[in-house]
Amino acid sequence: MQRILELQPELVQALLETFVMIGVAIPLAVLLGTPLGVWLFVHAPGGISPSPRSHAVVSGLVNAVRSFPFLILLIAIIPFTRLIVGTTVGTAAAIVPLTVNAIPYFARLVEQNISQLGIGAVEASRAMGATRRQIIRNVLLVDARPGLIGSITITTVSFISYSAMVGLVGGGGIGDFAIRYGYYRYETAAMLVAIVLMLALVTIVQWGGGRLSRLADKRV
Amino acid sequence: MPMISLRHVSTTFPAARGEDPIRAVDAVSLEIPQGSIQGIIGFSGAGKSTLLRNINLLERPTAGAVHVAGTELTALDGEALRRARHHIGMIFQGFNLVNNLTVAQNVELSLKFAEVSEKAERRRRVAEALAIVDLADRAETYPAQLSGGQKQRVAIARALATRPQVLLCDEPTSALDPATTATVLQYLADVNRDLGITVVIVTHEMEVIKALADHVAVMEDGRVVERFPAAELDREDFAPRTAIGEYLAGGGIRVDRGGRAAADVAAPEQADRPEQTEQTASHDSHQLPEVVG
Repeated sequence: MQRILELQPELVQALLETFVMIGVAIPLAVLLGTPLGVWLFVHAPGGISPSPRSHAVVSGLVNAVRSFPFLILLIAIIPFTRLIVGTTVGTAAAIVPLTVNAIPYFARLVEQNISQLGIGAVEASRAMGATRRQIIRNVLLVDARPGLIGSITITTVSFISYSAMVGLVGGGGIGDFAIRYGYYRYETAAMLVAIVLMLALVTIVQWGGGRLSRLADKRV
Repeated sequence: MPMISLRHVSTTFPAARGEDPIRAVDAVSLEIPQGSIQGIIGFSGAGKSTLLRNINLLERPTAGAVHVAGTELTALDGEALRRARHHIGMIFQGFNLVNNLTVAQNVELSLKFAEVSEKAERRRRVAEALAIVDLADRAETYPAQLSGGQKQRVAIARALATRPQVLLCDEPTSALDPATTATVLQYLADVNRDLGITVVIVTHEMEVIKALADHVAVMEDGRVVERFPAAELDREDFAPRTAIGEYLAGGGIRVDRGGRAAADVAAPEQADRPEQTEQTASHDSHQLPEVVG
């Protein structure tokens, strides 16, 4: 207990770092992954505006990024990270690979969500003389909203866990705290506290996300 | 000049691997006078839905010309076609509402798409359209809380909000029970009478045609094989020229519970076949069952 109190400043620091990483990476992933996911849906073979060749290229790119184990990606894109944030160590440097990984991850979830909607409302919209942009904004993204909130929840939870690996580039965060104190220094108490905190964080995100998703769902 | 004119309209779907291309609509010519109600009837796969979708180019015909309100739609695409569609309402068997929008927001959609940019004007027209289908009190509910008939009335309101000249109805009552069907058809009749909107209705139920249409076109294998004024259906001695017309006019499914050898099972089976593959099956209309009564 004494030790935990000693470590408290570090613990608070680690939590803050986790918040910063997730708080920047997830919104960026949603901001960029949503259009990417919509694009994948719209231009898929059999989509509302098929364009098989460019779809194959983009889809392949998405798969390529997604097939990297996160730890490898973290290292592989170090030059890119330096280009973007000017450094390769620290929390800012950790945000880059997290975001790069989260964008295609979220995009696939968006694509999945939209393709599960019926095409009826899209067809009605075409009959009403809607533009493609209007259909996406007013119909697809509206009906997919509960699913999208669910996808944001899943992505956040996954990346809280991924963020534990960024200690490798000095990214910090609660997972890194657990590894440094709990694993390298055999401080079981520190490990336990970190685990409990992570558990609480994930539970809160999951609970809140589920609630929001249900509130947004008017289909039943 | 007719409100809608189809001239030698054909629609061919590309062949699936190892199969012949499907000619869903085969050289159909049809003129629909302004303010009339045109019924199009046929079994599943006869091409009637495709023909309806040819009118607003939801399915672009592979040949022929489509004119609506004097404009040749087949000559348009992109922006011009979208604008033309603002004057052509459409309703569907499955209602096709946006489930996460309220009734009012659903109706407002057509106005947004038709670029009615002023919000107050949109609100006024939404109220007006909902009043026509007597759903003003449900404006703030979501589709999930409505019955099938109410959903279809919302779809009608959505189609009417842009004040179209034409209303296309694709099997609008096929998902509804008979009582609800009557209600929905009454609204369509009122819309036609009060607003002078030309209505085209596709169905496989002759009852619907009898109740609503001025003219009937019977379709089979992508062709209009027969047409007659709907009033003929009420005449004692009315005899459709084709066997399929006769079958549809006679109505009623007949099943021989003694065994499947009887010809009567042919008809229900046909109705079950999926829309497009059926085109490849050649059914000889003379083998259709005799009409009851």
